[in-house]
Formats: sequence, C-alpha cells, structure tokens
Amino acid sequence: MGLFDYFHANRKSADVAKERLSILIARDHFHRNQPSFLAALQNELLEVIKKYVDIDQDDVTVSLDREEDCEILELNIALPEKGRYKEV
Amino acid sequence: MTRVIVVTSGKGGVGKTTTSAAFATGLALQGYKTAVIDFDVGLRNLDLIMGCERRVVYDFVNVINKEATLNQALIRDKRIENLHILPASQTRDKEALTMEGVEAVINELKETFDYIVCDSPAGIEHGAYMAMYFADEAVVVTNPEISSVRDSDRILGLLASKTKRVVENRTPVKEYLLLTRYSPERVKNGEMLSVDDIQEILSIPLLGVIPESQSVLTASNQGIPVIINKNSRAGLAYSDCIGRFLGEEIEFRFIDVKKSGIFGKLFGGR
Ligand SMILES: Nc1ncnc2c1ncn2[C@@H]1O[C@H](COP(=O)(O)OP(=O)(O)OP(=O)(O)O)[C@@H](O)[C@H]1O
Ligand SMILES: [Mg+2]
Repeated sequence: MGLFDYFHANRKSADVAKERLSILIARDHFHRNQPSFLAALQNELLEVIKKYVDIDQDDVTVSLDREEDCEILELNIALPEKGRYKEV
Repeated sequence: MTRVIVVTSGKGGVGKTTTSAAFATGLALQGYKTAVIDFDVGLRNLDLIMGCERRVVYDFVNVINKEATLNQALIRDKRIENLHILPASQTRDKEALTMEGVEAVINELKETFDYIVCDSPAGIEHGAYMAMYFADEAVVVTNPEISSVRDSDRILGLLASKTKRVVENRTPVKEYLLLTRYSPERVKNGEMLSVDDIQEILSIPLLGVIPESQSVLTASNQGIPVIINKNSRAGLAYSDCIGRFLGEEIEFRFIDVKKSGIFGKLFGGR
C-alpha cells in the first residue's frame, strides 16, 4: 500500500488518532515506570561489550519487569554475525 | 480550609489562562473569596484576560523578593466582589519563583481566601512545577488533539509524583479533566477525538467540555472572563464546571451536534 492509499484508506482520522495515542501512552507509561538507573546501566553494559564485540546502541536492551513479589531484570544483547568479533 | 487549584496542561495554548480566569470568576460569583495567581513569569497574560492590565503595579516576583507586600500586589477585581488577581512579572525569568517564596505567598493567601487558583505556564519545567507543587486539586486542560492528550498524560504523571501532597504522603492531588475547544460536528464526522475516547485514555473524572466558541476571543478582546457571558456556550459550559466542582450534579451539554432551528441559530458558534 503506497502513501497515497494511506490517506485514502476509508478510516476516520479520529480512529487513527485514538489508536496511535493508546499505543503511545502505553509506551510512555512503560518508560515512566522504569527506574532511572536502567539507562545508565544500559550504557555501561554497551561500553563493556563494545570492547569485545562490534555492536550498536540498539543491540543492547535492558528492562525491568515486575511479577508479584519479585522483580526480573532482563538483558537482551543481540550479537552480530560471525566475523565481527574483535581480536583481543 | 483553603483549597489550592492548579490549572495545567503541559502543552501550550490549550486554554489554561482562559480557564483560570473563568474558574476564579465563577468561584467568586458563588461567594467564595478567590485569588488567582499568574505563574507564567515573563509571559504575563492573565491580567489581560481579567481586564486589569492597567492596574498592575507590583507582581508575584516583587512579593517573593519582598519588594512589595502581598496586599500591594493583589489587584481587586472591579466588577466582582471577592475576586483578586496576583499578576506575574513581565521582566524576569521563571527561576525567580523559588519554592520557599511561592510557599510563603500561598500560605499568606490561605489566611484570607477560600480558593487559590494557579494559572500554570506551558511545559513541564520549573514554572509549571511551582504552579502544581502546592495544589490540592488539578484541572487538566486538554484539547481533543493527539499531542495535547499525550502531554496531559505526562502532567498527570507529575501530579502523582512531584507534588507536596505526595511528598508528604497525604492523599494525592484530586485530578479533573477539562476538555476545551471541542467541536461536536467534527467529532461526529470522525475528524476529532471524542470526549469518550479521551476520557478512556486519561481515565480521570470529567469536569466539563467547553465548546470551540468565538465568544472566547470576544471575551479576551474585552478583558471580561467568558464565564460572565450568559449568551455564550463556552461561558455556560464553564458555569456548569463550577457547579460540578462544587458538588452539584449537572448534565453535560454542548457535546452533541446542536439541533438546528431557532435554538441552534441563536447559539450558533457563540
Ligand atoms: N473554547 C474556546 N474556543 C475558542 N477559542 C479558545 C477557546 N479556549 C481558548 N481559546 C483560544 O485559545 C488561545 C489560547 O488560550 P489561552 O491563552 O487560555 O491558553 P493557555 O493554555 O493559557 O496558553 P499558554 O500555554 O500560552 O499559557 C486564545 O487565543 C484563546 O482565545
Ligand atoms: Mg496561559
């Protein structure tokens, strides 16, 4: 579907607005509820990993989930394809 | 017990000052001693909407800096008894509002007034923070528009975490949604978010819906708060808000497409 079709798709713009807003606000809330050290943690991890592996900002994600009475810190590190490991 | 009400929004230009003027006037008309404070330091506007710009001698910052007493700076409304305005400074920056200074002024106002209405500047920085910090109740002014709703949600987050009541572990600030510049026609055509959509997303009690209305501009041209105009749909909608705020049960009006015919013509766009 081209850009042109998007404007002409038979959807009311208010419905589009509501859908976008719901997603946006859920995301805002998610970020709002994350403790402030997470961003710093993510950056430091990135620096350490970068010493050994060639990765970008987006390849490391850190988040905190709450399940009843325990908190789970989730680290997600996407490693690059073989060959991009650095020689140490 | 004095109640401190902040009128806030995050986003600029959505109708905070119009609402602060209407609210303060409406409460005073009900017999409550009311003071309205302009927190928009550097961009003073409330005095214009209230029609007292020529009587400003001292301002909020003068009082904070002890260059004038509160009584010298407060402007008594000429039309309405019980209504006083504390104008913002036009020349200084927002940092002039210190936490201790603002608190001292609010505490002194509490000795005389029933309601203190705080007209917040836009944004989520120092000025907006000072305007909300001492609040007991918050009127969150929102336009039926995606960025305004999102900013209102941000402000709700701040009200729930960054106010004196929260810091002191008291019951949180009471929040109300006030939807302004609403166009039932555009909602009906699917071009504008509806009251229900917005309330569903923000999930706080709805205080009122103010229709988009030409009389708001007329009122600001004349320096007469729109709530005084009983021929204005916006003015009537603001009067309803005051009633609801004071605990009355009042049906919502002007949220459906107006009926055509004489009534529609009489009130058309006003
Ligand atoms: N219900 C309404 N119908 C039509 N115009 C309106 C309505 N409410 C407000 N306005 C207009 O919107 C503009 C902004 O209003 P106002 O100054 O009250 O907003 P504000 O939130 O205080 O702005 P700022 O963030 O700059 O302080 C003004 O021109 C005002 O006349
Ligand atoms: Mg304003």
